[in-house]
Amino acid sequence: MLTILFDGIAYGMLLFILAVGLAVTMGLMNFINLAHGAFAMAGGYITVLLMQRLGVPFLVCLPIAFAGSALLGAVLERSLYRPLYHKPHLDQVLFSIGLTFMAVAATDYFMGSTQQIIQLPEWLRGRTELGSGAWMLGMGHYRLFIIAVCAALTIGLQYVLASTRFGSRLRASVDDQRVAAGLGINVNIVFLSTFAFGSGLAGLGGALGAEVLGLDPTFPLKFMIYFLIVVAVGGTSSITGPLLAALLLGIADVAGKYYIPKLGAFIVYSLMIAILIWRPQGLFVRTGAKS
Amino acid sequence: MSAQSVLLNHRRWRAWEPALWLVAFAAPLVLSSHALIVNEIAIVALFAISLDLVLGYTGIVSLGHAAFFGMGAYSAALFAKHVMPDPLVGLAVGIATSTLLGALCSATILRGSDLTRLMVTLGVGLILLELANKLDWLTGGADGLQGVVMGPLLGTFTFGLDGRTAAYYSLVVVLILTLLARRFVQSPMGATLKAIRDNRLRAMAIGIPVNARLAGVYTVAAGMAGAAGALLAQTTGFASLDLFEFHRSADVMLILVVGGTGWLYGGIAGAIVFKLMQDAISAITPQYWTFWLGLFLVVLVMVGRDRLVRPWNWFGKGRAR
Amino acid sequence: MQKRSIIRAAVAAALLGASALALAQDNVFKIGLILPMTGPFASTGKQIEAAAKLYMAQNGASVAGKKVELIVKDDTGTPDVTKRIAQELVVNDKVNVLAGFGLTPLALATAPIATQSKTPLVVMAAATSSITQASPFIVRTSFTLPQAAVGIADWAPKNGIKKVVTLVSDYGPGIDAEKFFKERLQFNGGQVVESLRVPLRNPDFAPFLQKVRDAKPDALFAFVPSGAGAALMKQFSERGLDKAGIRLIGTGDVTDDDILNSMGDVAVGVVTSHHYSAAHPSPVNKKFVEAFTKANGNLRPNFMAVGGYDGMRVIYEALKKTQGKGGGEALLEAMKGQIFESPRGPMFIDAQTRDVVHNIYIRKVEKKDGQLYNVEFDAIRDVKDPGKAK
Repeated sequence: MLTILFDGIAYGMLLFILAVGLAVTMGLMNFINLAHGAFAMAGGYITVLLMQRLGVPFLVCLPIAFAGSALLGAVLERSLYRPLYHKPHLDQVLFSIGLTFMAVAATDYFMGSTQQIIQLPEWLRGRTELGSGAWMLGMGHYRLFIIAVCAALTIGLQYVLASTRFGSRLRASVDDQRVAAGLGINVNIVFLSTFAFGSGLAGLGGALGAEVLGLDPTFPLKFMIYFLIVVAVGGTSSITGPLLAALLLGIADVAGKYYIPKLGAFIVYSLMIAILIWRPQGLFVRTGAKS
Repeated sequence: MSAQSVLLNHRRWRAWEPALWLVAFAAPLVLSSHALIVNEIAIVALFAISLDLVLGYTGIVSLGHAAFFGMGAYSAALFAKHVMPDPLVGLAVGIATSTLLGALCSATILRGSDLTRLMVTLGVGLILLELANKLDWLTGGADGLQGVVMGPLLGTFTFGLDGRTAAYYSLVVVLILTLLARRFVQSPMGATLKAIRDNRLRAMAIGIPVNARLAGVYTVAAGMAGAAGALLAQTTGFASLDLFEFHRSADVMLILVVGGTGWLYGGIAGAIVFKLMQDAISAITPQYWTFWLGLFLVVLVMVGRDRLVRPWNWFGKGRAR
Repeated sequence: MQKRSIIRAAVAAALLGASALALAQDNVFKIGLILPMTGPFASTGKQIEAAAKLYMAQNGASVAGKKVELIVKDDTGTPDVTKRIAQELVVNDKVNVLAGFGLTPLALATAPIATQSKTPLVVMAAATSSITQASPFIVRTSFTLPQAAVGIADWAPKNGIKKVVTLVSDYGPGIDAEKFFKERLQFNGGQVVESLRVPLRNPDFAPFLQKVRDAKPDALFAFVPSGAGAALMKQFSERGLDKAGIRLIGTGDVTDDDILNSMGDVAVGVVTSHHYSAAHPSPVNKKFVEAFTKANGNLRPNFMAVGGYDGMRVIYEALKKTQGKGGGEALLEAMKGQIFESPRGPMFIDAQTRDVVHNIYIRKVEKKDGQLYNVEFDAIRDVKDPGKAK
């Protein structure tokens, strides 16, 4: 049972890293970016290419994947996304789905449609088991690694948001964009850097997830639903919201499939619907923030 | 023009509307080799119109509309297989079951923001997909439901390989339902829906029973989507889990948004443009046509959506929305 | 508003022109190849298209005085699109043969069209038993899951495997594999202690593999569609199942040649039963693999490709026999009973069931010249589809 909890936490943290960029973007820029999964896929493929073609070690690939996706995000934000901020949501949905289609087809063209496989370094492949019987905690080293990285990132993010000037500018812009601009905050720069950072995180998530979730050109379409679930349940006005939502969903999914395999897929969706009907604004909403 | 005639103006039949329908009905005869795609376009157009009722006229963002589409399809298919193969009765059964499902699900869309409703409708659609998969003794599971043989329409017109009967059947049903929808949205009730879409609080303040209206329009739209699904199952003789899939809901939303929400013909325009483009591009490049489609969507949004169906705006500045 | 009518008239004229050009001529033999070229099963479509084109390149585009034309269409893996495309191919392009069909529902949806229009339908990929019974015009050159599943169910008990947990994807072929493996294993004195079904869209195998670990069987029998095998393999070892003494066995889809080489050492030692391995030691296969990898950027052919290759062979030979006379029924007759040497080994098309009869090989994953291959070490000859033998 503890192993299942552990697996669920690992899965949830991975989902969090993948989805936190989307949550912040939606909360900050009020922009529904369904192409978020494409940035994650970009990070994954950058890692695969670097490892397979150039033999770069896995650990070095991770920051490069982050940087690559962040760069891609910055470029696209400046050129394509910025003119669309004030368009109605439906236009944004159309645009981001179009972008996703293009990304999927382009990746298929250049990399082929087979699953990409990463060879992890030896020290990440082991498994440690503590305890025995029903209370055995089996921890795959790779999942331990994921939890460690994601926890560190979360603490870092929370620190940036709460204790740095940039963080307070970001929070001000999320709360009320016009007033923030009126106070002299350069909202454009805030948007650009946040979008880039969020995309970078997605890329990192894609690189980490390639081992656990698989990586092929249809990745953005397959996982978009999960990202949206995390954002919808967690709310877009903080990062602890999506974190807890991701953990909840990860554990529910894994535990559900273990204990009641027949209903495996229903658990996540039913849970989400139940939560959203009970709390339509998401589980964790700061009062006073604009919805 | 008096004030009254100005207000009534938007209800009148435009000159191009009868022309459009005439061309649509002539198509299966004139382009007899393309009757099949005319059939498909008609069905998708009906599905898009049903989504327009909730999305364009009432402002409910729904990514799970395929649930009703699939429900209508499976009911009609199962009815034809186990009870009787008459198409019209099957169509009625399909509409009835999906309307019922819509009434049940309307409880879920009453609260929450756009994103919440998006996710809830998505979740409901996916749950139905899993249900259909689990109940494979009834639905045939992932292999789909085969052996659906339709009896002749009205006792005389058989569904042949050329697809002409199917195309006419679908076109007639689409026409009737579109006329009904048109009457519906142009009635005072339709006006209250638009009021709800534009500002819910204000609509509540002037006494419009918002929740009742939302539930009502969602149910009606579900019934129409079920009709489209029943048509699909009957004209193709087949129903598969794919009908409940997320991409169906996503595609129909794309089609509607491309054609334009808030005027019924947006669904039809979008269906024609999208399907023809998809067919044409995928004949040229069977593997990478999604790229060009995606590019089209991106360019469309950058240039301005309302310009698609108003070609005289293609060159020159667009109007303010 | 007039502009809209003008545009519509222009589109109509263009469509009319296109349809006029599509009228079939008498001395062209058309093959309608319908494959999932986009979507989650795109790799199947790619392999089959490449193999079909390879066959045409090797054997020329002209048979019995007719020019052979291959029309490739993408059905995105959606059954009603497949059906519509098949209908259009038959009615508009007047194809002589329909081929391809990456998944079971796609083939089943199209079966009535084959029957109605008397067009032979060659299934090159789909693997559920019941497909050939859906229409008298269906011929299969791929394989059936039961054929593959009983192979390993015969081998396992003779090699110390008595308790097995089955893990299959929850769709037609998966359920077929589970059923026939269980029956045959129990017939051979083994025991299936638990049957797990994984949702087809499953991102994470972890909870299911944990259940397997807890059940402590001798082996895990797995069937997942080609592509997911890598993730399963990885998580199998990550979870320590191999160290716990549980062996991994399955049908060859788990060690799909397409991606086998990139699975890494974790795949070594996995025993599977299947009808085709790229390492099959016959001259015909060596030639096939060489030509295929050369023409397709080092992509290794897998069992999907060989299904496409043999399907083309069946069509070509049938056309040679009928010389183009007699229409669909004569072509179908000429397809039945064909016996030949395929890259997979000897095979023939059963005249009664129109299904494929071939050898099922038991293979183990081994490293040869630094690459991973399914190396065959045993064979069960001339396996008919057990799904129909009753």
